[in-house]
Amino acid sequence: MPLIIYKSHDGSTQEVHAEVGTSIMQAAVDNGIDGILGECGGCCSCATCHCYIDPAWVAKAGEPDSTETDMLDCVLEPQETSRLSCQVIITDEMDGIIIAMPESQY
Amino acid sequence: MSEHCIIIGASHAAAQLVSSLRQEGWEGKISLIGDEPNLPYHRPPLSKAFFVGEKSEDELLIRAADFYEKNKVDLLLGSRVTKIDRDAKQITLEDGAEISYTKLALTTGARVRKIPFTGSELAGVFYMRDLNDVKQTHKFTAPGKSAVIIGGGYIGLETAASLRKIGMKVTVIEAMSRVLQRVTAPEVSAFYTRVHTEEGVDIRTEAGVDAIVGEKHVEGVRLADGTTVPADLVIIGVGVIPNIELAEAAGITIDNGIAVNEFATTNDPDIVAAGDCTNHYNPIYDRKLRLESVQNATDQAKIAAKSICGKPEAYNALPWFWSDQYDLKLQIAGLSQGFDQVIIRGDSEQGRSFAAFYFSEGRFIAVDAINRPKEFMMSKRALTSGQIADPLKLADESIEIKDVFN
Repeated sequence: MPLIIYKSHDGSTQEVHAEVGTSIMQAAVDNGIDGILGECGGCCSCATCHCYIDPAWVAKAGEPDSTETDMLDCVLEPQETSRLSCQVIITDEMDGIIIAMPESQY
Repeated sequence: MSEHCIIIGASHAAAQLVSSLRQEGWEGKISLIGDEPNLPYHRPPLSKAFFVGEKSEDELLIRAADFYEKNKVDLLLGSRVTKIDRDAKQITLEDGAEISYTKLALTTGARVRKIPFTGSELAGVFYMRDLNDVKQTHKFTAPGKSAVIIGGGYIGLETAASLRKIGMKVTVIEAMSRVLQRVTAPEVSAFYTRVHTEEGVDIRTEAGVDAIVGEKHVEGVRLADGTTVPADLVIIGVGVIPNIELAEAAGITIDNGIAVNEFATTNDPDIVAAGDCTNHYNPIYDRKLRLESVQNATDQAKIAAKSICGKPEAYNALPWFWSDQYDLKLQIAGLSQGFDQVIIRGDSEQGRSFAAFYFSEGRFIAVDAINRPKEFMMSKRALTSGQIADPLKLADESIEIKDVFN
């Protein structure tokens, strides 16, 4: 199972082994990582699972669709590598991916 | 006695409560009791992705099974609580077992409102709330078959869209003069009626149901005007009522739901409640609310956890909702009830993307955003922070939505 490294706003990290096919959001929720909320359960409706993909891993995370892009345009503190983590599905190639979390989801 | 928090109702609120309790430092025992055999699962996909088979049962789980193991939660699923004894601080299960608590959380949710139509006991007639309801429904869905949905609310319309996706003939029966009448502006109702009609759904408004007809299996729905709409499947979606009986019997204050204060605490300081079953004061709208939403279940559960852990924080969240039908992503921020002005941004009469902004006495109170994620996001923030929006600018699409809320 690929290793996902979640980095909190305060710099602390949590490492999680997650199943291929699940989302970065779901893996966070299943492991009680509280920087990612995922209130809508992953249907790209709430933008409470905003994260920053480590630049070295962006290509492996795929491209956001237009709904996600529009939502990301309006989140707090967007960055170049912002994604909604419910839309990033874990693959074998993501082993070791670093996911930084914003200070707040609201 | 060592600390023990019992959570009654394995719901959205319960899943959050478990997580928040541990995050807030609760070291005592946690027991989660639910009358369904399942771990807490996402209910919204029941009428959507799960209904059409795009999501599996496992994918519905809010948190994976090992989450509860890691957080040392005693699971008592498929088990019903029959009594709360507040003096003895213990609950009684259906099988007679008594369990003591130091803190109790009621996340009992809501159940479907049942209407005793003649024929509602026929095979092929369903209400939709639980996973099991939908699994049963699956036996009656097939391309080319006919379905009648009683109730043109969100659940009814979402189910209509799902049934069309499966390839069924669908009729929606609504008693009021328009669908979504209780929750949206006429423009939004007209939009949904148009889209559903374009997608092949027959929407009948101001239509009363006389009886559900059939021998053993449902064959149709007879309307008040005497016509009968053929049906192999009937789904009734006419709202829900909060599960308050257990609390009421224990002497907990009830007021259109389990009455809680801003700390999600009932009149018993050791008993909290969260989610659909509660009635609480919302400071943004300055009135008491009983909300049926994932947002409220999740956010109020966090507040309840803080209270249990002795770190009370007042609840002050903006209600928001969503509904997915066909290619329509509806995102709702705020509560539109009581609006006296609606501003439409975009064209609700053509196409499939616009936003309806609701105002009351000049104050912006809510938005229905259809395939308009930016309008939703900006409105949600504005409603939370009390930002002011100029109605004229909202209607003007030449102005970027981000510049309207500045």
